[in-house]
Amino acid sequence: MILVLDPGARTLVQDLGRPGLAHLGVGPSGAADTRALRRANGLAGNVAGAAVLEVLLGGLVLEALAPAVVAVAGADCGLPPVVSLRTREVVRLGRPSDGLLTYLAVAGGFDLPAVLGSRSTDTLGRVGPPAVRAGDQLTVGRGARWVDPLELAPRLVMPGAGPVAVRVHPGPRPESFDDGLAALCRASWTVSASADRIGARLDGPALPRRTGEAEPEGLVLGAVQVPPHGRPIVLLADHPVTGGYPVVAVVHADDVRLVAQSRPGTVLRFVPVR
Amino acid sequence: MSLRWYGDRALLLDTTSPLALGAAVQLAAPVGLVDVVPGAASVLVCFAGPPEATASLEGLRSLRPVEAALTSQTEVVLPTVYDGADLDDVAAATGCSVAAVVSRHSTGSYLVAVTGFTPGFGYLSGLDSVLHLPRRAEPRTVVPAGSVAIADRWTGVYPAASPGGWHLLGRTAAALWDLDRDPPALLQPGVRVRFEPVQ
Repeated sequence: MILVLDPGARTLVQDLGRPGLAHLGVGPSGAADTRALRRANGLAGNVAGAAVLEVLLGGLVLEALAPAVVAVAGADCGLPPVVSLRTREVVRLGRPSDGLLTYLAVAGGFDLPAVLGSRSTDTLGRVGPPAVRAGDQLTVGRGARWVDPLELAPRLVMPGAGPVAVRVHPGPRPESFDDGLAALCRASWTVSASADRIGARLDGPALPRRTGEAEPEGLVLGAVQVPPHGRPIVLLADHPVTGGYPVVAVVHADDVRLVAQSRPGTVLRFVPVR
Repeated sequence: MSLRWYGDRALLLDTTSPLALGAAVQLAAPVGLVDVVPGAASVLVCFAGPPEATASLEGLRSLRPVEAALTSQTEVVLPTVYDGADLDDVAAATGCSVAAVVSRHSTGSYLVAVTGFTPGFGYLSGLDSVLHLPRRAEPRTVVPAGSVAIADRWTGVYPAASPGGWHLLGRTAAALWDLDRDPPALLQPGVRVRFEPVQ
């Protein structure tokens, strides 16, 4: 058992989410930086999709109520990758200098009831466990087996102040824009303060659209939507299943994590996938 | 049917019968299929990765809609109190009386065409064309759960309190979304829906 002394700004339970439930109107959710989730679980000896804590800007303080091994990945909070805790030992995550999200895994995984097959908190659909609060006692499972040697590689790249290069595929309907992908890739974009797990809203020159509101259509992770005001939104883990705004581009699957880890004020440059 | 890439691991199939084509994709069950999302005029087909999406191309191109997949669905009846905040505005905008708006909405037979927005929400097709109106210029910050509403060619019910820009005609006590039920969503693609006026 692990006791939460302070959740910091926001701590959520996340795993690999609940893909495949569009017929219920439920989106994929899951860790915003799945690469960091996999690394934390690999270091803790867990299966890749075990439930971990996704910590926004550090500040999480935990107390081990029994001996435990925790592993961290993602934004650097000043801890070594793997920490062995004795009973009553406290671990604190500092404020990262780069990136937004740190993933803390415990050997054995956090054992919570699954909702629709996942322990992820979907902030849009309000599915899954509530945000972690001070005083919560988190049960540790018994799934730890072996540390994944591939995860002993150097730390993951975190976006700094930028410009951060983000690879994009063309959107599915280029006819919705006069000059969509080219205009997107010409400009510099700044992650706005209203970025969250649903999407990163970007500030920059308005992208002119040729069509108005389209009818609802399926959306994918990393889709770059353009609302009427012309400033794009990169859809992240908690994106809705369908939407009506034209999609100018789709962020490469491996680069979605860079957007998810970018703080407000970070400058992004989009680069067509070659 | 035309087929477009949507990133490197999803394909968008343009079609006039998204539900029947979505059913065909589910039945064909290509390797690595992750999700099938019917839209208003397309079906999004998501795969585990680029190789699976590429391998599915030929098979998807030859698919034909399975209309039979839509005929076995049961009908959901939603008892509705027609006392919505926008009834008068809708009547004025359409040139109908309030009674005629209620009658046109409640005599319709609807089909859940698209899900999305929030869990349990369905875009219901089949709305009387007299009631087709653009969304409200000023969306509400909070629309109560159970609100029965219309916008464009759609009607729908808000499963939970949320912001919204549709015109409110009434409310239903039916539980659109209940995690203790299996499946939790009352309205899924292909389900038929009627609204029954109650006091």
